[in-house]
Amino acid sequence: MTISNLKQSRSDSIKPKINWSRVEEADNFAKTVKLFRQGKYDADSFRRFRLQHGAYGTRMTGDYAMVRIKIPAGEIYPRQLEKISQLSEQFSIGSAHFSTRENIQLHWVVLEDVSEIFRGLTEVGLTSREACGNTIRNIMCSPLSGVCPDEKFDSTPYALATARFFLRNPMVQNLPRKFKFNFTCCEKHGMVRMVDVGLIPHTQEVDGTTQRGFKIFLGGGLGNKSFVGYQLEEFTPEEDLVYTSMAVLRIFDRLGDRKNMARNRMRYLVNDMGWEKFQNLVLKERAIVRATQSVITQLEVDHTPNEIKRPIRISDESGSSIPDGYARWLKTNTVKQKQSGYRSIFITLEAGDITANQLNALADLIRDFSSEGKARFGFVQNVALRYVSEDDLPRLYSNLLEVGLAKSGALTMTAPIGCSGTTSCNLALTNSHRLAKEIQRKLLELKFDEDDDLSDSSIKISGCPNSCGQHGIATIGFFGGGGHVGKDMYANYQMSLGGRSDGDTMLGQTCLRVPAKRVIPVILKIIELFKQNKKSDDTLQSWIHRVVNNNEDSKIKSINDIKKVLEPLTIPPTKEEDPDFYLDYGDDTSYHTKTGKGECAA
Amino acid sequence: MRCLTDSGKITTDIDSLRSEIRDKSVRVIDVRREDDYKQDHIPTAVNLPLANLLSDDSPESVLKLMNTMGIDNETPVVVYDDTFGALASRVAWTFEYLGHSDVTLLETTYSNWKSLELESDSKIPEIQHKEHTLNLQPNILATADYLESAKERNDVILIDNRERLNFLEQHIPGAISLPYRTLATKDKILRPKDDMKRLLENRGITGNLEIITYCGSVGTLSGLAYYALKSAGLPNAKLYVRSFKEWKNLQKPTEKQEDASYWDLSAE
Ligand code: HEM
Ligand code: SF4
Repeated sequence: MTISNLKQSRSDSIKPKINWSRVEEADNFAKTVKLFRQGKYDADSFRRFRLQHGAYGTRMTGDYAMVRIKIPAGEIYPRQLEKISQLSEQFSIGSAHFSTRENIQLHWVVLEDVSEIFRGLTEVGLTSREACGNTIRNIMCSPLSGVCPDEKFDSTPYALATARFFLRNPMVQNLPRKFKFNFTCCEKHGMVRMVDVGLIPHTQEVDGTTQRGFKIFLGGGLGNKSFVGYQLEEFTPEEDLVYTSMAVLRIFDRLGDRKNMARNRMRYLVNDMGWEKFQNLVLKERAIVRATQSVITQLEVDHTPNEIKRPIRISDESGSSIPDGYARWLKTNTVKQKQSGYRSIFITLEAGDITANQLNALADLIRDFSSEGKARFGFVQNVALRYVSEDDLPRLYSNLLEVGLAKSGALTMTAPIGCSGTTSCNLALTNSHRLAKEIQRKLLELKFDEDDDLSDSSIKISGCPNSCGQHGIATIGFFGGGGHVGKDMYANYQMSLGGRSDGDTMLGQTCLRVPAKRVIPVILKIIELFKQNKKSDDTLQSWIHRVVNNNEDSKIKSINDIKKVLEPLTIPPTKEEDPDFYLDYGDDTSYHTKTGKGECAA
Repeated sequence: MRCLTDSGKITTDIDSLRSEIRDKSVRVIDVRREDDYKQDHIPTAVNLPLANLLSDDSPESVLKLMNTMGIDNETPVVVYDDTFGALASRVAWTFEYLGHSDVTLLETTYSNWKSLELESDSKIPEIQHKEHTLNLQPNILATADYLESAKERNDVILIDNRERLNFLEQHIPGAISLPYRTLATKDKILRPKDDMKRLLENRGITGNLEIITYCGSVGTLSGLAYYALKSAGLPNAKLYVRSFKEWKNLQKPTEKQEDASYWDLSAE
């Protein structure tokens, strides 16, 4: 009798449509690491090679890497989560990190083991190829695409087709710098003005038929200096999606700055040239691209509908009571879909970290509750299960509780973003990652997730000015640095207010510097000020928006007025008065700034 | 006959074990806790909770245990646990150290055995006392003193089998990190041979080197690693059986990964 794998009765789960992996890349990577260690491969070429394959360096050491696994359009399947769970225990720290760009990151991986992770990923069709480096990074799509009540159509198949077209495509292997695409569902749920190419599905009536297409935004992006993108034209028909993308990439490839690393994202090119000139260039280039393709190039957009099939009930628990906290969770973590009877439910983690056990549990929950049999990554280090029947919600909630995934506030201000900071990043000045966790714990303790006035605001934290934590588009944003009292140093954050990434996209405005250990009191004070001065239908976001635009008529009229109120909170005590002030979160030795060689431009 | 040192066989597969049980040609040892064992176990298995062995693991005492379990120099022994093979490895290694050459690990855990719906019962077998001779194998043991001098040699590799975060926090200087989870597959306690070889080769762990393994306290996780090395055809392995706990108690030097708050990345 053969008995292998009798157990896997659950493996009838839905299979990924696209295999993104290539096993020979694992072999090749292993070989190249050996050559590099033997000194037969120079450090610069090796670094470029490593990044092209999705492995970053790690804080203060050349022996470890961070592997960034791309999840194109954010679609992930149960078996993939289980594989990543296993890989995290074998080669990383037993946890994985969900990023803001629909990647999963494994940290503190021994460089020599990276190829083993690649090999494991090939078993489930995933890749980290072109997740870092000067190429097209993971192509994102809104977690609500396909279910959003406000969308014109589902852009997911277009995001996948674009990812497929460009992955390993020779034309994007050596761009001047990294390049990002975001697809979304509607104005409200996207981040289309904060990337190189942002796309909102749009339709147009032509001779009585509805034509699909996109509103395309170009030249936005966050970073040391951030810009808001411009809309290329009223409507770009779907056939032109690939030509427009190619045209933009060709221009960037030709004219982008390859020398000055600090200014070589496409947004600088757009800014230097001026939008109108850039826009004309794109339109002209597109005509050339269209005319010079020897065969008609089109994206392979897979329009086969997803199978929506309610999972079979394994056990009937209809009699069981609904656990505490259900109403709170339902309100702050779920949204109604355009398909009636279904909700999408969001799982918020602490700064995107999830244990190996939780990854496995998540895979089972998808199989048991999602009628589409897969999950979708979000934009805020989170993940969503969609097509959950309304009737199943109480049971899903209690299952989430059991595995520690039922934290409320997923869709509110109480779920902050924190980049990796000093937990692993070479450029970090502060432990932004831990700070995000501390803020979340405090705000949830205060039940701020239930406060409707706060739900459309956000808190985002970067560990240095580079914006990986997207502080520039946060209602309250922070980036890390160091402060001094005499020769003593402490972790200090620059705070900005009023950033947003929706239809009214704008970057936050600098308010003041806040020491790490004063960030929580300062946030609470801002909320207090808002409550004292708000108009009846104000949210924190709308109030701050008026203040930073000098349109507010209450006692607090400008960002300077806020600053004045907060300043006393930020005055450093002496080391004798409060030694803890001089320690960053998660560190028991006195604070000092220390950075290694950054690889963002590599 | 199966024999570790002769044939290099490290694990016994499920089907072979079942037929050996039918032939009554094997002594099966269950190293789970007594309560778990009493509930059910692989038919004919005797119970040796790891704690019983560790309470006094002097050669004389372990030899007595072996005798009461009816193991003499010729008895083939198969050990299993429900802890990814780590506890079973520690028992197997101890037997080997005393000079018992025919001991292997069941290729899978008891949970997996159960989930495959294979036979189990709660009968406690009657055992006939046997006499085993003592023939110590000091070449597979590393003591703290031995380790301290050996690790300065450049034909010696020291492997830490604890989880990565523990390694980053503190480890024996010069050690490399190979967490125990790396050694297994989803349903087997050890990877297939070629897979294991490739993995180890990538890490520079190859044939002619002497390799010493250690873990947190009693040589379980590193015991599994000891067998992983052997399964990949690396004969020259030693277990630092008192591991990091003793090393720290002796206040020997340790090393850590500086200037990074890696613990805050963990979701635990
Ligand atoms: C000058 C250097 C860098 C710049 C300008 C930069 C910029 C950015 C930006 C703008 C984002 C936000 C992505 C978006 O939402 O569009 C991002 C994300 C990210 N970057 Fe960087 N980056 C740099 C270096 C690094 C380094 C060295 C690391 C660590 C190896 C890193 C890790 C990340 C991570 C992990 C994210 C996702 C955020 C999260 O969820 O944790 N970045 N980066
Ligand atoms: S913002 Fe700075 S600290 Fe944070 S990940 Fe990016 S480079 Fe590192």
